[in-house]
Amino acid sequence: MPNALSTFLTLTVDGVSYGMMLFLISVGLTITMGVMRVVNLTHSAFAMIGGYFTLWLIGFGGLHYFAALPLGVAATMLLSLLLERTLYQWVYKSDPLGQLLMTIGMTFVATAIVKNIAGPQIQSIALPGLLTGQLALGAFSVSVYRVFVLLLSVAVAGALWLCLEYTTFGARLRAAVDNPRMARCVGINVPMVFSITFAIGCGLAALGGAVGTQMLPLEPYYGLKYLVLVLIVVAVGGVGSLKGSLYSALLLGLIDTWGRYYIPALGGFIIYLSVLAILLARPRGLVARVG
Amino acid sequence: MNKSSDLNVIAPAFGRQRYNWTDVGLLAAAVVTFIFGEYYLALAAVVVVMAIFALSLDLAQGYGGVESLGHAAFFGTGAYAAALYALHVSPEPISGLLVGAVAAGAVGLLSGFAVLRTRGLTQLMLTLAVATLLFELANVAKPITNGDDGLSGYDVSPVLGLFQFDIFGRTAFVYGCVVLVLVYALLKKLVNSSIGLTAQGIRENQVRMRMLGVPVERRLWVLYTISAAIAGVAGALSAQINRIVGLDSLAFMMSANVVVMLALGGTGRLYGAFFGAIIFVVLSDRAAAVDPTNWLAALGIVLILIVRYAPEGVAGWLAKRGQRRAK
Repeated sequence: MPNALSTFLTLTVDGVSYGMMLFLISVGLTITMGVMRVVNLTHSAFAMIGGYFTLWLIGFGGLHYFAALPLGVAATMLLSLLLERTLYQWVYKSDPLGQLLMTIGMTFVATAIVKNIAGPQIQSIALPGLLTGQLALGAFSVSVYRVFVLLLSVAVAGALWLCLEYTTFGARLRAAVDNPRMARCVGINVPMVFSITFAIGCGLAALGGAVGTQMLPLEPYYGLKYLVLVLIVVAVGGVGSLKGSLYSALLLGLIDTWGRYYIPALGGFIIYLSVLAILLARPRGLVARVG
Repeated sequence: MNKSSDLNVIAPAFGRQRYNWTDVGLLAAAVVTFIFGEYYLALAAVVVVMAIFALSLDLAQGYGGVESLGHAAFFGTGAYAAALYALHVSPEPISGLLVGAVAAGAVGLLSGFAVLRTRGLTQLMLTLAVATLLFELANVAKPITNGDDGLSGYDVSPVLGLFQFDIFGRTAFVYGCVVLVLVYALLKKLVNSSIGLTAQGIRENQVRMRMLGVPVERRLWVLYTISAAIAGVAGALSAQINRIVGLDSLAFMMSANVVVMLALGGTGRLYGAFFGAIIFVVLSDRAAAVDPTNWLAALGIVLILIVRYAPEGVAGWLAKRGQRRAK
C-alpha cells in the first residue's frame, strides 16, 4: 500500500513539525516553572505577542518575512525582559496560587490590549513564496512550510542544547538551577541569569508563535486558548526538563496529527486521553527531574 | 493564620461555627434583591449558582489545600447530568439536583484517585487535564450532548409540584437561594467537623497530620468528592434555571472564573465565595454590557493588585478589620 504509507509519512512529518513548534512555545515555560519555580500562565501570551509583532512588522513595516521574524522575536524578548524586571518581581514574591492568579491576570490584560489594537478576527502571517508549495518525492509529498518549521525548530533546539552544554552562560545557568545558593556564593548573579533565561524562553515562544501561525492561528484569545496545550506539554514532559519537553511535544504532536486523521470522529479527544494516561502512569512526567 | 497567640486562634475558630451578622446581611441582601430588584433576578440567579460553585471550590482549595484549575469538570458534569435526566427520565427538579450531585461526585471520586496523589503543579495540570478531557468528550459525543449547539429542549416541572418556573425568574431565584442556604449550612457543619478540621491540618502540614495517625489520602478523597458533588449541584441548578447546557460549562474559562472569584472573595472562609461571586458576576455583567474588551483588562489588573495587596481577598480584609475592632 504505497499510498497509505506515503500518507502516513506525510502525517508523520506534519506531526513532528507541529510537535517541534509546540516544543519551541513551551520550552521556556518548563524552565520558568521547573527552575525558577514560577507558575507562569502568561507564557503562551508571549507566543501570541511574538506572532503579532511579526505580523505588524510585515504589514505596517513592509519588512520581508525573514527579516520580520528575528525582529519580532527580539522585540518580544525585550518586552519580556522589561516585564520580568518589574511586574514579575511581584509574582516571584507570591505563593503558587497567587502566581497563577497574577499571571492569568497578565494574560487577560495582554488579550485585551491585543484585541484593542488588532481586532478580534483570526489572522495568520502570510508566507513568502519560498515557503509555499509542496515538496514531492514520488507519491510522498509534504508542504515546504512544514519542513521549514521542522528544520528551524531542530536548529534552534540544537543551538539551545549547545548553548547550555558548552558556553559559560550555560554552565552558570546549570549551576543556578542545581543549587542557587551555592551559585550565588561563587559569584554568579543568579537573578540576572534567570532574567536572561526568562527572556530567551519568551523569545523561543515568540518564534514558535510567529512561525506557527499556520497551525495555531493568531487571535486575541490565543494566550488563553493554547495555554492548556502548552501547560500539558510541560506537565507531560516533566516540569523543568528540557529533554522531557522535547519528547512530550513530539509525542503529543504526533498523537494529535495521527489521531485527527485516522480517527476523525474523536478529534482532539485522543490527545487529552493520552495525557491523562501518561500522567497517571508517570505523575512527574516523562523525564522527572531528580531532587 | 497561625502567627498570633493560641487564644487568638482558638476563639475565632469556635466563633466560626456560629452564624453571625455577615450571614444575616447576606440573607437580607437576598430578600432585598427579591423584593426590589425584579429586573435583576436573572442576574441574581447567576450569582447564586456561581456562589455555590465557588463554595465547592473553597472546600477543596481553601480547606483541603487541593489546587484545582479544572473545577468546571464537576460543574459541567452536574449540568449535563441534570439536563439529560430532565430530558430522558423526569422533569422533576429536586431529583435532578441529586442526579447532578451524584454524577459529579462520581467524577470527583474517580479523578480524585489520580489528582490527590500529586501536589502543586502536577495537581493543577491533572485537574486541568480531567476537565479538558470531559470538555472534548462532550464535544465529540454530539448525539448525546448536541456538541457546540448546547443541550436544550428539556422541561423542568414546578418545584415540589407547587412553584412553576416563571419568566421573571422569581421561582428560579428563590429555589437557588434555598439550595444555596442548604449547601452553605452543610459546608459550615462540615468544615467544623472532625473531617473539616483534619483537612485544614492536612493543608497546613501534611506530614504532621500523617504522624498523628490521620488517614490523609482518604480524608482528602472524601473532601474532594463532596466538593465535586456540590459543584455538580451548582451545575444542575444552572441547567434547570437556564434550560440550556453548553460546552462552556466544561470550559477552561469556567474553571478559571471560579478560581478568580474565590481569589477576589478570599479562600478558606466560605464567605469569600459569596463576595467573590457577587463582585465578579455583577461587575462582569455590567462591564461586559458596556465594554467587554476593557473589562478583561480591568479584571486582569484587579487580579494582579488583589494578589499583591490583599492576598486574602475581600473576606480576609473584612475579617482583619473585624479583629482590629475587637481589640
